[in-house]
Amino acid sequence: MKLTAIDKKLLEEVADLHTVPQGAHNIRRDGGGVSRRSTDNIEIKTKEDKPGIDIIVKPGTINESVHIPVLVTKDGFKDMVYNTFEIGEGSDVLIVAGCGIHNASEEESRHDGVHNIFVRKGARLRYVEKHYGQGEGSGERVLNPQTIIEIEEGGSAELELVQIRGVDSTERVTEANLQKNAKLIITERLLTHKKQQARSDIIVNLRGAEAFTQIKSRSVAQEESEQVFYPRVIAYEKSRGYVECDSIIMGQAKVRSVPEIAAYHPEAELTHEAAIGKIAGEQLLKLMTLGLSEDEAVDKILEGFLR
Amino acid sequence: MLELKGVSYRISGKEKEIDIIKNIDLNFEAGKLYAITGPNGSGKTSIAKLIMGLYKATQGTISFQGEDITSLEINERTKKGIGYAFQYPPRFKGLKVLDLLQVASGIDDWKAVRGYLRHVGLCPEDYLDREADASLSGGEMKRIEIATLMANNPKFAIYDEPDAGVDLWSFDMLLNVIRKKHEKEGVTTVLISHQERILSLVDEIILVVGGEIKDIGDKDRIWPIIKDVVGCDWYKVCRGDRDEADCH
Ligand SMILES: Nc1ncnc2c1ncn2[C@@H]1O[C@H](COP(=O)(O)OP(=O)(O)OP(=O)(O)O)[C@@H](O)[C@H]1O
Ligand SMILES: [Mg+2]
Repeated sequence: MKLTAIDKKLLEEVADLHTVPQGAHNIRRDGGGVSRRSTDNIEIKTKEDKPGIDIIVKPGTINESVHIPVLVTKDGFKDMVYNTFEIGEGSDVLIVAGCGIHNASEEESRHDGVHNIFVRKGARLRYVEKHYGQGEGSGERVLNPQTIIEIEEGGSAELELVQIRGVDSTERVTEANLQKNAKLIITERLLTHKKQQARSDIIVNLRGAEAFTQIKSRSVAQEESEQVFYPRVIAYEKSRGYVECDSIIMGQAKVRSVPEIAAYHPEAELTHEAAIGKIAGEQLLKLMTLGLSEDEAVDKILEGFLR
Repeated sequence: MLELKGVSYRISGKEKEIDIIKNIDLNFEAGKLYAITGPNGSGKTSIAKLIMGLYKATQGTISFQGEDITSLEINERTKKGIGYAFQYPPRFKGLKVLDLLQVASGIDDWKAVRGYLRHVGLCPEDYLDREADASLSGGEMKRIEIATLMANNPKFAIYDEPDAGVDLWSFDMLLNVIRKKHEKEGVTTVLISHQERILSLVDEIILVVGGEIKDIGDKDRIWPIIKDVVGCDWYKVCRGDRDEADCH
């Protein structure tokens, strides 16, 4: 199947791809496959019981990447998908997921994805998921991703979740279980505007000794948009966790940040920080003394903040 | 080159109006090196902010190279060639030192802005990629602030206490680059400072006390007055024992 101009634009936004990638990949459009490639070390196969794919990374696979973008381009299309990732022992891979919606209709378009990720012993995963929406229609663009991640002993994962404008409503649920010496870093970047709604629920269970997690979310809420953050870390063992939510609020937007930490072990070390505020006036003024107009200064500050 | 005529800055405090700057006249001549000094809270920073447009004068006019700039925005004044290095530079979450230098210089190439850091004694490899956030030390941030002002290439530059927090050895070097800009490139330069060393170096010292220009002159003239002002008048105001200071 050929890629249309809209496909290409969406691919570029969610996966930094200009064309079909060389390595392992699976491009899904409007519920069907457009292009797929497995490699010697990374196998991608269709699930038999429900829509979705299994991605199996052989143990010891180093420095390979998988692109699995999802495109929703048909007006008012509703997509539901289940993906399972098996990251084999001792491997080190990058997965670029992401979903782009183009909706030019009056009807709601949506993609609900459930991702089950298993990071096996000593494996390392970098996972990037970008959301992007476009199209002039008044129909809502809705994305509800659910990610469940298991990290075995000594494994590590870095999740980078990005959504900058374009998506009208999103409810993200992330659940993680960390075994001994496992490490998980979650970085969230979110910008909402107009009447967009975004909610992110994260729960990280530190089940093994010396497990470590860091959740950092940075968001900008503009105009009349609303955001809710609910990151939780629970330590069952001698482990460490750090949660930070930092939001810039503008216009008539609303932001609610509720970081929660719970320790069920005397040697657990958990901290959280949450801040909501407008752009600091001094920062604006400083950039203006360097020659930027007020609007340019705002853009510059937001660009840095969400980087 | 830059002239303030009858400039006042008044803000509304909790109970009454407060005059921060009271009807001052100042004339900075092109190519000269100036110092503004005076006790804490006397209004030095306020004068600089009025010139840069960070504060809007509530009375009077400010002109630059013969043009009235009283109503110009901050960035418009920057484009005319006025620059100000903050006394307390703000920190940015996410913006890197490189970003600031790029904005200031208008040059995108990272290689081309490295020199600005070297001039203030910072190794570009160590700092370009660092976020200009709270992780930088006070002295580092101060030097970066000076580097961004230099990258902005002003014709009229105000440095607000460039020595604050910078170690003595590094400050010698900073002072040398500031003077080089002044001497070689003819940048009219104003140093806000309390340091005797700086005061002995400049063409003219402007002494600010209580939001007014108390005097203007060279160090021999101003130095004894400063001692009087901070040492003795203060004791008088606070009803201290006159024996505590050596006053005339
Ligand atoms: N928003 C404000 N509300 C009340 N007073 C203010 C305000 N802004 C400035 N001031 C006062 O104006 C006066 C002048 O302040 P300015 O910062 O110009 O002093 P300065 O001479 O630079 O002092 P320093 O040597 O400590 O840097 C101070 O007394 C300060 O407290
Ligand atoms: Mg000051």
